[in-house]
Order: sequence, then C-alpha cells, then structure tokens
Amino acid sequence: MSETHSAEPSHGQLTREDVLKVARLARLGLDESEVEEFTGQLGQVLGYVGILEEADTEGVEPLAGASERTDVLREDEPGESLTRDQALSGAPRHDDRFFLVPPVLDTSAE
Amino acid sequence: MPSPTTIIGLEVHVQLQTRTKIFCGCANRFNPDEPNVQTCPVCLGLPGALPVMNRRALELSVRAGLALSGTIAGLTKWDRKQYYYPDLPKAYQISQYDLPFCQGGHLDVDVEQENGEIQSRHIRLIRVHLEEDAGKNLHDESGRGGDSRVDLNRAGTPLLEIVSEPDIRSAAEARRYLEEIRLLMVYLGVSDCNMQEGSLRCDANVNLEISNSANESIRTPIVEVKNLNSFRGVEAALVYEISRQQREFEQCGGIYADTAKQTRGWDADRGVTFAQRGKEEASDYRYFPDPDLLPVSFSDEWIEIQRAELCEPPADRRRRFVAELGLSEYDAGVLVDRGRETADYFEAVATACGDAKQAANWVTQDVLRELNEREETIESFPIDAQGLASLLGMITSGDLTTRSGREVFSSLMNNQGGDGSIVERIASIVEERGLSAVADSGALETVIDAVISRNEKAAEDFRGGKDAAIGKLIGEVMREVGGADPNAVRETLISRLRP
Repeated sequence: MSETHSAEPSHGQLTREDVLKVARLARLGLDESEVEEFTGQLGQVLGYVGILEEADTEGVEPLAGASERTDVLREDEPGESLTRDQALSGAPRHDDRFFLVPPVLDTSAE
Repeated sequence: MPSPTTIIGLEVHVQLQTRTKIFCGCANRFNPDEPNVQTCPVCLGLPGALPVMNRRALELSVRAGLALSGTIAGLTKWDRKQYYYPDLPKAYQISQYDLPFCQGGHLDVDVEQENGEIQSRHIRLIRVHLEEDAGKNLHDESGRGGDSRVDLNRAGTPLLEIVSEPDIRSAAEARRYLEEIRLLMVYLGVSDCNMQEGSLRCDANVNLEISNSANESIRTPIVEVKNLNSFRGVEAALVYEISRQQREFEQCGGIYADTAKQTRGWDADRGVTFAQRGKEEASDYRYFPDPDLLPVSFSDEWIEIQRAELCEPPADRRRRFVAELGLSEYDAGVLVDRGRETADYFEAVATACGDAKQAANWVTQDVLRELNEREETIESFPIDAQGLASLLGMITSGDLTTRSGREVFSSLMNNQGGDGSIVERIASIVEERGLSAVADSGALETVIDAVISRNEKAAEDFRGGKDAAIGKLIGEVMREVGGADPNAVRETLISRLRP
C-alpha cells in the first residue's frame, strides 16, 4: 500500500510498483508526481469496484459476457475492403505500399 | 548415468481456409505482392468498428477439434490478449483464454525409432483455440537500421492454435507429429497448410530431464523456440536445442543462475538457435473478455452435423488399406501421405479393377513417377481411375501382359490412341500394336515347339542344365507372338524341355 495515499476502503492495496508496472505495460511514461497521483486514484477505483466482492456469488454460474445474447455470426461472404491509399491515409508514416514503423529488432511475433 | 529424457510440447498454428477474415469481410488470401489491399476498419482496429464472427471459421475449427478427438465446449468466448507489436494494429489480439472451443484430444503418430522399429506414440493435446492472425513485419535487412514495413493483409485472418501436452520425446517425433497434423488438416479441408505461405507454423517448448552427479533428477530451463515454419526446421532446431541444453547442463553442473523460461529464435542459415530479448512482462497479457464479441454456444445437434462432415482421417485410412486391402504399410503410407486426392484415386482404381495390390503397385510406381516427372498433381493426371482400372483388369485377366500394359500406359501418357475415352484409346492402342495376349494356349504351344526345333543347340544346353540358355528361346517366341506373357512362355518352355 502506498505510504501517502491509503485508498478507501480496504481493497485499495495498490502499490507504487503496481502503478509503474501498469504504466510500463501501457507504454506510459509517468513522472514522480503522476505516479503518486495515479497510485491514489487507481487505488480508489479498485476500492470502489471492490464493493462487488461483497456480493454472495456462491453457486452462481459465471457469466461469459455482459449480454445474454450469444451466437451472432456472419456468413463467410466477402465484403468491401479499403483501398490501399485509404488504409494508409491515417498512418503517421507510410511509403505508399507499407505502413512504416521504427526498426523492430526482436523478430518474434506472438 | 541414464540418458536424458527430452520433453517437447508444440504449439501449432494453422491458417483456416475461409474466403474471408475471421471478424470482417476482407479476403483471406496470401497476397504478398499487393500489400495492404485486404484491410478494413475492423482489421485495422479503427475506432468504432465492430467485429462479427465468421460462421465458416467456427465450422472448420470444430471439425478440426473433433478430428483431434477433443471435447467441444458448450459455450466459448473470445478474449483480448494485449501486447504491443507493429503487426498488431489494435494493440491486442482477439484470442481465447479460459473458454477455448475445444479441450483435450490427442493425435497418435507412428514414429521410427533409432533402432528402425516403428512405434505408435500417443500425443495428448491440452486445447485447441481459434484466434486472429497478426499482420506481417518486413524488417530492414541491410543492417543499417532502416524502418520496418508492415503489411496488414494477414491481420485478422482466422488461425487455429493446437497446443500439445509435453508428450513428445524427440526431435524426429516432433516432426512426425507436425506432419500428421498437416495431413489431417489438409484431408479435412480445414487448411491448405502451405508452409511456404506460412499457413502452418509452430513454436516448440523443449527442455531435458537429466540426472546430475548426485543422481538427482534435474530439469533444464524450458526454452521456447519461436516461428518454426518447415518440417526440417522443426527437427533441426530441436536437435540443436537439445544438444545445446545438454552442453549447458554439463558446463553448469545443473546449477542455473536463471531458471525462467527463455525465448529463442531459429536461424535456419546458420543452423543455430539464438537468445531473443526476453519480452518484458511476457506473461502479463491482461486478458479480458472482448466486449465487442458475443459468446458462441454449440448445441449437440450442431456438433453432430459438423462431425458428419469429417472424412476418414489419414491414420485410419492407412490402417484400412493394410487390413482390408492387404497393402504393405509402406505402400499404404505412400498413398495416404500423398494427399486425399491420390488416396481417393488409388481406391477408385482398386475398387474398379478388383485387385488392390496391383492397383497400389501401379499408382505408387507408374502414376507417381509420372506425376513427379511432370510436377503435376493427381487432379490433372491424364488417365482417369476408370481407365487405369480397365487397363489393370486386362492384365489380370491375361488379355495383356504386364509388359504390354506398361507400353499401353506410356502410349496413353503420350496422348496416343485417338480422342475417345481412356477405355476406347486402350482398345485402339492394343489393336494397332497387336499387343493382345495369345489367349489360345494351343497357338502359343505351336510357336514354342517351332522355336525349339529351330534352336536345337540352345534347347540342348538348357536340357543339360544351362539355365541361361532359355533366354534366347523366350526372346524368339516373344518376337513371334507380340502379346505373349513372358512368364507363360517361360513356364511352357520349361515344361517342354525339362518335363
């Protein structure tokens, strides 16, 4: 738990390290004051959501989604695609054929 | 010291053969010459776009799961797997986390052991799930650190991931497992599994269990070798990695500074695996259910409809060719492994001519030799199954000798015999060349007697025990009676000369 921002209620066990990790995963650079600020804010959000844990879910089937609907499918029929120019038009950089990105050294994909 | 046990698990990625991508109507087509022409707001991850699941992708996936003996879930859903990579425009991949559509299953694979024996290996599966593929990064290979280029034609195409238990015990076994998955998927029509085009790729997890000097069993740290895209590559990368881990073990005596799982790449040119920069927080993908997609439920009826669409799996077909048609394991393997169309062709010939062994000889030798020489597939083979069966039927019934049959076969391959059906062309070639075997054994015997009396010396030599002398006599009879069966001629000669 953060020293300066003990979030209410008791679920706010969010540490400064948690915030730094979340920022790193989201590729966000935070300065010192932001780390402090977000540790408090996120802790409060977690605390609020933590209220849900008070509900008794004994014997209740977990939901796979927020909607009761299932099985919305489309047929395997071709639709319209964008032209290459349209596809590239929103990119910060392109060479008229490809999207361009800074060199990727690690060639592993998922 | 007991030899180390190799522990391998494979994650195999199979691209599905759908017309369109998994969540949008863009074409699912390998098209590297025209980058970025098969995209839309959904697969580019533009704001406000809504993905909708492709019904065909589900059908093909479930068929694959059933053919792998997996349990199809009653309800399945899609989750977001978050990571940053330029080929992933949404910064998350839509995949399946805790409710994959298929759990369990297995694949049995015949593997030749080091002593030459064939052993059947039972490889269990953990799960099969359906996800979207990423696009393709093209890296600057000049070494000058130029930009990477990104082609998103492949982004959002449907991809099946088949995850095995760590049941594989050697590099050769991993290769056989991958080959059998490929064959099964192609038979099912689930994927074309074109490896040059990347339709079948795999990652291999490998480590060793070794006894150390104190006779304790030590496991080397697990290494994941990424992006293997050929059968040879899988086998070679694993052979290399197994010996690398063994060397490392010997150097450190089984005491590792870092036992965390490592990711390594495979350099096919140099034949080595190399350490890749570990992904930071690699396991922290922060999966959560994709709120844009609804879960899918499978009724038992629907699953049975998909099951009815399955074909006989290659392994069953091999067994049946051996058990019911009397083929050798080798011939059954050649016919089945060549692909479903070739096995179908063989079976049609075997059924129509009634002699499976003869059909197998001709298809595995003559037909496949022609196909290999012409670099063609069985679909475009000029002699249809009925035609070949009728040719073989004539050989079986004695109307044609095997030698004449081969002559007719090669004439057919050279487009001789007119414009009619294969059966008509066979008749015309046989007629034209006078290949019809002399069915009347009386006529044959008359010729043989004449040949013997003309060749007193050779006949005498043969009577006196000089076996080779018969060749001259057979040759002379054959010249006179073009369609005669050399074996029948030989037998008749022997019975005349050495009664």
